[in-house]
Amino acid sequence: MAWLDRSARSIFLWDIVVGFIVGLKYFFAPKKTLNFPFERGPLSPRFRGEHVLRRYPSGEERCIACKLCEAICPAQCIIIEAEPREDGSRRTTRYDIDMTKCIYCGLCQEACPVDAIIEGPNMDFSTETREELFYDKARLLANGDRWEVEIAKNLELDAPYR
Amino acid sequence: MFLTGPLQSIGLPYGAAWLISYIVSILVLSVALLVMLAFLLLADRKIWAAVQIRRGPNVVGAFGLLQSFADFIKFVLKEAVIPAGANKVVFLLSPLIAFTLALAAWAVIPVASGWVIADINVGILYLFAISSLGVYGIIMGGWASNSKYAFLGSLRSAAQMVSYEVSIGFILITVLLFAGSLRLTDIVQAQAPDIRHWFIASPLFPMFFLFLISAMAETNRPPFDLPEAESELVAGFAVEYSSTPYLLFMVAEYLNIVLMCAMASILFFGGWLPLVDVWPLNAVPGVVWLLLKIWFFFFIFAMVKAIVPRYRYDQLMRLGWKVFLPISLLWVVLSAGYLFAIGRFS
Repeated sequence: MAWLDRSARSIFLWDIVVGFIVGLKYFFAPKKTLNFPFERGPLSPRFRGEHVLRRYPSGEERCIACKLCEAICPAQCIIIEAEPREDGSRRTTRYDIDMTKCIYCGLCQEACPVDAIIEGPNMDFSTETREELFYDKARLLANGDRWEVEIAKNLELDAPYR
Repeated sequence: MFLTGPLQSIGLPYGAAWLISYIVSILVLSVALLVMLAFLLLADRKIWAAVQIRRGPNVVGAFGLLQSFADFIKFVLKEAVIPAGANKVVFLLSPLIAFTLALAAWAVIPVASGWVIADINVGILYLFAISSLGVYGIIMGGWASNSKYAFLGSLRSAAQMVSYEVSIGFILITVLLFAGSLRLTDIVQAQAPDIRHWFIASPLFPMFFLFLISAMAETNRPPFDLPEAESELVAGFAVEYSSTPYLLFMVAEYLNIVLMCAMASILFFGGWLPLVDVWPLNAVPGVVWLLLKIWFFFFIFAMVKAIVPRYRYDQLMRLGWKVFLPISLLWVVLSAGYLFAIGRFS
């Protein structure tokens, strides 16, 4: 009987019919796809995206040119030059990140004693030329001004676990 | 030819009127086909996506309607890479052959009553011959690429197409026995006026399923897409092709699929005939009915692609030679006997 059953199912394309019904059920099911550029999934506060250089609320830049990030960077993509400013404080004159080398490991923000260099939540910074990805200090500070609200919130959310 | 008369009445000599009317109708059919193909390609991807609970292409144009045109521009603008070891002439000739043959087959397809470019009295033989010649484009492409993978892929394609052509041939013979003519318009007329006389409602109805499955195998369509199994191999015979030559292969493949849909509608579902021969339905133009039937079969093709897992090569060959061939051969004998018994041949 099992043989008959199997043959009958095979002749009447039973598997195909059942598959077709299941397929039609999913055909009308609500779609699971996230409509990406317009809809976005949630990001962890620890998400490591584009780098920023932050400022204090007074407007003074946080970075003190300790060069810990430059030292720890495994991809060696950070280059810092520093000298004392007119008021005697130690500041960077050059802070470059080669974003084409960066591996987004987050060690620079772990190393930073003043939370100056942070990898923010931004991931949409593709460019049409390679040169645009060689970030300098002005670009990083501008990023910091742009993403300060989100970054401050993320740091606050993550603080209890540090 | 339906345009010849009006063109003559505005003063053209018969020869010129004849030529112009043919060129115009060929252009109209080809352009309409290729535009329809663009949207069918999108429909294929959308249906496949919908079954997998995805959205499919939806960015270019409203609901992604212009996706195929964007793809077309992308294909045409890309660099056509010709492998160093390739036989250049044959390499570039084979996609042209595949595309031309796929388009040429449409010459005999009656789109509606009287709307056919070449109403030849061996239309179905012509279709069969053209679809057999399609193998040459594939074999030449695979051989001229001078790559092991393309060559093996083309041999697989050819073996598959040749084996299923045998069963398609016998299925066609059963239809011919019932219709009593090789002319496609006569085959449709034999199914007049409506669904009660379509061949799907006759003893031929198991042959329809055989035809549909053979058509999938014949056009290298999933679940029989072994030659180009996307998840395992790359693109079979087309692995070395890029840019416009690849586009031609792809368009040819889809044209063949739509041709198979059209053949299924003409052979078994009454071509341009309405579903039921009552007033609001039989006032609809025949071309609309044929298009609806083609789209219906294309939907089935697309759904089968989405739901059926790929066959193994030996299973494919077993199905073709040990199942479809005997059944269709048996059906030729049975339907001939049936027709003899009811006195059709006396």
